[in-house]
Amino acid sequence: MNSFSFENQAGIVERHPDLFRPDWWHRGKIAIGVGGVVALFLFGIVQLDIPFHRLSDGMVRLGGFVRLMLPPHPGSWAEVLKYLHALGETVSIAFLGTLGGALLALPVSLLAARNVVANRIVHLLTRRSLDTIRGVDTLIWALIWVGIVGLGPFAGILAVICSDFGTFGKLFSEAIEAADKNPAEGVRSSGGSHLHSVRFGLLPQVFPILLSQVLYYFESNTRSATIIGIVGAGGIGLQLAEQIRVLEWQKVSFLILLILMTVSAIDWISGKLRFAIIGHRPIA
Amino acid sequence: MRTAVPEFPEARLRELADRYAAAVAAKRRRVWLGSAVLIAAAIAAGWMGDVNLGNFVENFWRLPAYFASIAPKFSFSTAWVDLSEWLWGLPRWTRLLGDTLLIAYMGTLSGAICGFALCFLASANLVRSRTTVFVTRRFLEFCRTVPDIVFALIFVLAFGLGPLPGVLAIAIHTTGALGKQFAEVVENIDSKPIEGVAASGGSWFQIVRFGAVPQVLSNFVSYALLRFEINVRGAAVMGFVGAGGIGQDLIEAVRKFYYTDVSAILLLIVVTVMLIDFVTERVRHRLLGLEGSAA
Repeated sequence: MNSFSFENQAGIVERHPDLFRPDWWHRGKIAIGVGGVVALFLFGIVQLDIPFHRLSDGMVRLGGFVRLMLPPHPGSWAEVLKYLHALGETVSIAFLGTLGGALLALPVSLLAARNVVANRIVHLLTRRSLDTIRGVDTLIWALIWVGIVGLGPFAGILAVICSDFGTFGKLFSEAIEAADKNPAEGVRSSGGSHLHSVRFGLLPQVFPILLSQVLYYFESNTRSATIIGIVGAGGIGLQLAEQIRVLEWQKVSFLILLILMTVSAIDWISGKLRFAIIGHRPIA
Repeated sequence: MRTAVPEFPEARLRELADRYAAAVAAKRRRVWLGSAVLIAAAIAAGWMGDVNLGNFVENFWRLPAYFASIAPKFSFSTAWVDLSEWLWGLPRWTRLLGDTLLIAYMGTLSGAICGFALCFLASANLVRSRTTVFVTRRFLEFCRTVPDIVFALIFVLAFGLGPLPGVLAIAIHTTGALGKQFAEVVENIDSKPIEGVAASGGSWFQIVRFGAVPQVLSNFVSYALLRFEINVRGAAVMGFVGAGGIGQDLIEAVRKFYYTDVSAILLLIVVTVMLIDFVTERVRHRLLGLEGSAA
């Protein structure tokens, strides 16, 4: 592979010895890093007792599943209607969950923002409780709510509200802290109260950013709302888990196709709306 | 003061005032219309999603009651004994949490390697063939839109119970998510090094290796760490469908009403997730800081 070489290569090497001497210190660091990553992976294989002999069998079986999935077929028209209803439930879960989470998170995020509430203790407590709520996965929230309000999409809505509350609280408070403080000071200096400065100095600045974040999460919540049915919290995930358990592969692929189409449709719509609201600005 | 401010004639002033009023009215109309659409959509969604406020009000007290019932019983005199009783399964749970972390790690690493391999094929500035870019992109989209737990459900049937389906499911999802983010990074790089390598006769692999990779590596690692953080949460619930880790014990404890176990396991998960968040955030800031100082 030595396709090109200079006539005076030896001379160049002689004049710039530093560039051509291997840097063993640097190479050693890279080797240790890569070695550590690989060693942890190998440790994982041993520790988790990964059965590699099952891998080839599993692949064959998986290939069989894929063959059985084709072509996607919902069964009957009655079932199509049922799936469409489940899909509507899923979209409703994502929509109401995102909306409720955002509405609840707005006041709390004001408490968690350092430039609105100066009290250190309030700030710290709010932040930590938001972190705790966020640390619990949506699926776990769904499990808890199913125990409280019973099976069905309502439990799913409450679960998405809970986990979004944590996420939005953090995101909103960060956006609020990044806001320019001059307008708020202007309101104060012309005689407005603290609440006035928040309402007229701060919120108009951050509102488009918050709205765009909410829309962005609506997209990603549609994805997560498709699965909370697995623990019984309604929506298309319930149908999907059921059809996988009874090995109706054609229906499974139909449902997956339906989910893919819905998610990309919502992606598209909310992307359009987002750009209409704030223009092409990346999410902070 | 009056002399310093130019005064408009009455007619002009009226016109400006009218326009201002019209603009305010238009804005107000837009806000009202937007709110009306939002409320209508919320009502429709509420009807679709079986929102039952009566049920909610009736049962809401059960949320605090639930948390009260899963809270461990503590009394001051026997705090130590109570604590050890509450965390009776600590050795087992720590091991399962370790498994969960390893599942997330192995899945993230395999997914990141696949995503790394595919992202260059999905970047329009490196690949001339539109078909290759399109096909790779759609493939990545498929990988990330199907939720990882759905892959896990299917893989459990194919590979049997245990951590293997969990690792594979996370790996596939990570491939899709990271492949897309990586490709976006690659599309934003400086094209001069690439042209340089191409001009001195480098092959496509040499262009990628010496022109593109050095520019993007620190960004890639930062994204991979962020994904690891997300995957730890994902791996914690993999056990719900039998794909290994702590989730299995959690769902068992919830279903069998082992109340204090639920709180103990939840606490351990939350603490672990927070620790991982904290550590990866530090590392990511350092990585991005390094890049900033080098530039």
